[in-house]
Amino acid sequence: MSEQLDQALSRKYDAGFVSDIESETFLPGLDEDVIRRISAMKEEPEWMLEWRLRAYNNWLDMEEPEWAHVHYPKIDFKAISYYSAPKSMADKPQSLDEVDPELLRTYEKLGIPLYEQEMLAGVAVDAVFDSVSVVTTYRAKLEEAGVIFCPISEAVHKYPELVKKYLGSVVPRSDNYFAALNSAVFTDGSFVFIPKGVRCPMELSTYFRINEENTGQFERTLIIAEEGSHVSYLEGCTAPQRDENQLHAAVVELVVMDDAQIKYSTVQNWYPGDENGKGGIYNFVTKRAICHTNAKVSWTQVETGSAITWKYPSCILKGDNSVGEFYSVALTRGRQQADTGTKMIHLGKNTRSTIISKGISAGNSNNTYRGLVHMGAKAEGARNFTQCDSLLIGDRCGAHTFPYIESRNPSAIVEHEATTSKVSDDQMFLCQQRGLDPEKAVSMIVNGFCKEVFKELPMEFAVEAGKLLEISLEGSIG
Amino acid sequence: MLKINNLHASVEQKEILKGLNLDIKPGEVHAIMGPNGAGKSTLGYILSGREGYEVSEGQVEFHGEDLLDMAIEERAHKGLFLAFQYPVEIPGVSNMAFMKESVNAIREQRGETPLTATEFLKKAKEACKQVQLSLDFLKRGVNEGFSGGEKKRNEIMQMILLEPSLCILDESDSGLDIDALQVVANGVNSQRDGKRSFIIITHYQRLLDYIKPDYVHILANGKVVKSGDASLATDVEKEGYAFLGQDNAEEKNA
Repeated sequence: MSEQLDQALSRKYDAGFVSDIESETFLPGLDEDVIRRISAMKEEPEWMLEWRLRAYNNWLDMEEPEWAHVHYPKIDFKAISYYSAPKSMADKPQSLDEVDPELLRTYEKLGIPLYEQEMLAGVAVDAVFDSVSVVTTYRAKLEEAGVIFCPISEAVHKYPELVKKYLGSVVPRSDNYFAALNSAVFTDGSFVFIPKGVRCPMELSTYFRINEENTGQFERTLIIAEEGSHVSYLEGCTAPQRDENQLHAAVVELVVMDDAQIKYSTVQNWYPGDENGKGGIYNFVTKRAICHTNAKVSWTQVETGSAITWKYPSCILKGDNSVGEFYSVALTRGRQQADTGTKMIHLGKNTRSTIISKGISAGNSNNTYRGLVHMGAKAEGARNFTQCDSLLIGDRCGAHTFPYIESRNPSAIVEHEATTSKVSDDQMFLCQQRGLDPEKAVSMIVNGFCKEVFKELPMEFAVEAGKLLEISLEGSIG
Repeated sequence: MLKINNLHASVEQKEILKGLNLDIKPGEVHAIMGPNGAGKSTLGYILSGREGYEVSEGQVEFHGEDLLDMAIEERAHKGLFLAFQYPVEIPGVSNMAFMKESVNAIREQRGETPLTATEFLKKAKEACKQVQLSLDFLKRGVNEGFSGGEKKRNEIMQMILLEPSLCILDESDSGLDIDALQVVANGVNSQRDGKRSFIIITHYQRLLDYIKPDYVHILANGKVVKSGDASLATDVEKEGYAFLGQDNAEEKNA
């Protein structure tokens, strides 16, 4: 096993190993019965099952969207297994000591030793392994502050009123094809509740990982920040290297009440497939925040993985003076395709939004920025600034930009700046003349290009993101 | 240390160097002068390995090894440094981070331990002082928004930090006022230690008032047409390149 691991680790996709853990996995297929079984496995109350079934019926009436600038063979939703859980989870662990050591080793391989994180970083980690949340560390300290941070499956039992009230309130069941699918079959994810006036005492973190073959991961995250509260949430994603495509369709909902702030950072490194485009994760994600008066949401994402990325973290700026930010680095190489961006919906007065998007394309990849800035009729004095930069490495890749701007209020101001550049021969020559090898040179130039986004990331994430870019760029030149 | 023997080279099928010979020993300062289009900058690029130049004939030996066979970064590791005529910007990469990577890449190749952030900062501060750049320049992006003079001084700062054995200065004096010229010259002079060699490419004699060369070579039409000591530069300044004859006058006007 360890030899295998070493071998897998020495390959280019560092997280591409498979863990040898006994799992309980449903046979592929999707119908009402599967949804009932998922619900039963989780011992869910009747209302939750009802909700899922309604979502399933919505989904059946919907068509898979085709407007994105990505191309892939039709997904056979019947060929996917919708539930997989490590067997040892059957009796749930109460603390780290009770967690299957093999599972913990998996996390260590990913660079997130839970013990270490617990002790050194002071980060609370909710690790989601396939469909079940393994363990939530640091719960006690958070409880003291009144913060709830637990698997959403647990929240359904423990805090049914909150879940009932907010689940689907930002991303409705029928919002889009993949959100409807997620609503029907979601298996786990995180639930966060920050009470009024509380500043969360630590950064919250979730690591997602897909282990089983042919399983989809449909995690569902719901974060509620009550009046005047603050929270910073980190999310990291990896998956083993497999020849088959795996589906990941997540939904993240953020509810940001008056004067509250949520900072949501993602480093996404799902397996991107090999050079010829075989395998890799299909990543279809719906992320949205609703901001009330004076509230602020900041989405920061570093997207380097997945064969296909379809993702638009958005802000509905409903309350007056609310602020939405989107900072994104999306890197594609090989045969990767990314269609990503944001939607800033300005409804309230004096709402403000900032969009900084950095797209880097290498190899034969295609990288698309798609963004909507909407100024509603009542958005007096609203402002948006968008900066959208693309960097091309080599001459076989593509960068595309589709900005949509709608303004229904004459006092609103929308600015859009865009640039496209190439890593120039002059820059490469300068770096090499100063002794840097070409790969180091490219990674340095690209890191510089992304600086405005990286500085928005929490410290430890910024370091990781820089390293990730370096690994991702290996072999992208020449 | 550097031996150029009958070097022929072309860009886009046009022959620029037509049989150039040069022999540089440790500690020597050689000035290369000549009219525009004589191939001065081309020489710097070929020695440092820039792509797009084709060597059709001749050899270049650097510390006894075949220079033309080495990759760009290998030449840098062996101690070759080029101060650019037009230094390019690398937005978002701080001068400090860039130079630290660079210094440590070269140290690694020499089998030395990498400098820690503190050790490096100390050296960088000293180097900044020598070329009269404020410490802010360490934090700013490489050449990002620098004035012409600041870029040139930044190149000399890098040269000081990298401690090369052969420094090629490609028109490091162009576009500089007299104060900046002196700063650049002082920076170079401070690095003359009897072992380090310099090739100073320049169009005017002005810089050579401050950096005294051991040899001056006049490059015209792809060849060294005249060599001499420092006084040759003064002659050129007085008489121009007219003595080179008709052939070259045409090229100059082209």
